[in-house]
Amino acid sequence: MAQFRQCPDTGLFFHKEAENLMKANAVAGVVCLLIAGILALLVVLTRWPAVHLLPADTFYMVLTAHGVCALIFWVIFFEIAILYFAGSTLLRSRLATPRWAWAGFVLMIVGAVMTMAAIFAGKSSVMMTSYVPMRAEPHFYLGLVIFAVGALIGCFVYLGTLVVAKNEKTYEGSVPLVTFGATVACIIAIFTIASGAEILIPTYLWSIGYISHIDPAMYRLIWWALGHSSQQINVSAHVAVWYLIAGVIFGARPMSEKVSRAAYLLYIFFLQLASAHHLLTDPGLSVEWKLFNTSYAMYLAVLASMIHGLTVPGAIEVAQRKKGLTNGAFEWLRKAPWDNPVFSSMFISLVGFGFLGGISGVVMGTEQISIIIHNTIYVPGHFHATVVIGTTMAWMGLTYLLIPVLFRRKMIMPQAAKLQPYVFALGMSLVAIFHMAAGTLGVARRHWDMGFAGNPLGFEYPATAYLLMGIAGVGGVIAVVGGAMFIVIAVGSLVFGEKLQKEAGLLQSFGFPLADSAYTDEKPARLPMAPSEAVEAHHDESSFEAPGTFILAMVLLVSFVIYYFINWKYLSEVWGLS
Amino acid sequence: MADENNTDEREEEKISPWQQMIDNPFLLLFIGVAMPTVFYTLWGVMEIASLPVAPY
Ligand code: HEM
Ligand SMILES: [Cu+2]
Repeated sequence: MAQFRQCPDTGLFFHKEAENLMKANAVAGVVCLLIAGILALLVVLTRWPAVHLLPADTFYMVLTAHGVCALIFWVIFFEIAILYFAGSTLLRSRLATPRWAWAGFVLMIVGAVMTMAAIFAGKSSVMMTSYVPMRAEPHFYLGLVIFAVGALIGCFVYLGTLVVAKNEKTYEGSVPLVTFGATVACIIAIFTIASGAEILIPTYLWSIGYISHIDPAMYRLIWWALGHSSQQINVSAHVAVWYLIAGVIFGARPMSEKVSRAAYLLYIFFLQLASAHHLLTDPGLSVEWKLFNTSYAMYLAVLASMIHGLTVPGAIEVAQRKKGLTNGAFEWLRKAPWDNPVFSSMFISLVGFGFLGGISGVVMGTEQISIIIHNTIYVPGHFHATVVIGTTMAWMGLTYLLIPVLFRRKMIMPQAAKLQPYVFALGMSLVAIFHMAAGTLGVARRHWDMGFAGNPLGFEYPATAYLLMGIAGVGGVIAVVGGAMFIVIAVGSLVFGEKLQKEAGLLQSFGFPLADSAYTDEKPARLPMAPSEAVEAHHDESSFEAPGTFILAMVLLVSFVIYYFINWKYLSEVWGLS
Repeated sequence: MADENNTDEREEEKISPWQQMIDNPFLLLFIGVAMPTVFYTLWGVMEIASLPVAPY
């Protein structure tokens, strides 16, 4: 008999087995973020030319560990927690096969430990991308494969939960939009993991000498089906988290369920094809292949992101206007709860993802422009805007939301929590912007010494490049402080936060079941169909429901056009023809 | 019991094919795997595999 408890504050239902799994996965993710953050400090202090902290070998080892631990382990552990939340709690359903889910979790832990151990042993400094013919130790690849198998099990448990919920009729109509978004993330994850198996298993066999040769071009092709798609899991999932948080904080309903779902559908069709933008400068692949996958397909996926970027703040605006905040274009935004870290993290995630990550991503995904920034520090600048300001801050916002709801603890240090998103965002924006700027001057990524001291084939960067890397270094330190504040607040709340329920003890914060007294055997009432939508309900009004959001969207578009133009200008200067 | 069945049937009548597609995660999974497999992976693999090998 499945047991549930209902959160008295939000009304959300938690299935006993599911909530333990959510906690365990989320906590494992945060531990990975902690490790990744410590490593980030070492990396960024080395790339700050005036500090240049680590020796070369250690730098490449630590950089490998930072990339793997942050982008693979932190993000995916947390994603699994989100899947279970979206499948079980949001659908008021029991989780399918909790034992399999635990088995998947254990595999993920084992895999993660194995890979990190291989990296720290020092002979697997092959970077997160592990391009052949660089060879890591076998258990580096094996660990990743085991981790991926664990995550795959999580995906299937999620799909199974959708089936259970449907069969047991736990909801009316279609699944809620947030669950739909999680489903899209899960689908992309399955393609991602399959591609990972396709390339990492042969590479593992090669590392133990069973296969003699792996073609580097082929490796890059298949690896990026993993590397890029995995970022699209993040996008789908963090967009779902935006919708979720907008719903919880403002009671905001999507402006149009149809439009939002259609945008998600575009993700399913096109998002993964954009993997090709990583290979724009690769020889061997035809222009047709590159253009089909990055132009036509990628723009449709970008269109989908722009729709989400418009409808999420639009939904908030509509909800706020209903509450009477109707003065001017932006009263709804000015009077938003900026001191609530759940909201501020989410909104910064949205704006940062769109303006910094989105614009730079589309620009660099253009074949001609790609060539001037490929393999420069511009690239880490871009993806710290997407995966850190975008994804990581969305996860942080969700964590703040879940501390009382899921973990049943009161958040400690509320004053620091108010500040945390701003500190982290400030630091990370500096990292992103100044890395991009330095990249425009040609500074290489994954490079220990931009001075090329003692190198016969050196190159002299302009002094400005050193200054830019220095500013990025300062930003990195600020970001690490912001990240540390998050960890202290999140973990501190789980350990020391006031209990909102007597059963929520220490071990319970980390995935042990609450005592039976917390649950009932009663099945939650069926989830009713969502009330009619914010906009579709009264279509006759001629003006756009969310004028402030419309202005924001126009600002984004203009910024994009200007920035696109600037980059073509840079490109035209490369050859100095005119 | 009979009544319940009836309402369910009526619910299903209203559902458009479009909506049915969106409501079927396994169909979506198929599309989401097939699209990139064909246009990105297979097409790309064919191009790389057909490159002539450089003489030593
Ligand atoms: C505290 C915040 C962080 C700082 C200061 C930071 C800083 C850096 C720096 C300086 C680099 C090296 C760039 C280079 O030399 O090529 C780097 C690489 C990287 N970072 Fe971060 N980072 C932070 C957080 C994160 C997070 C949260 C993620 C993922 C969610 C992430 C993912 C990556 C990845 C994937 C790489 C590339 C590794 C490679 O080239 O193989 N970082 N980071
Ligand atoms: Cu990509």
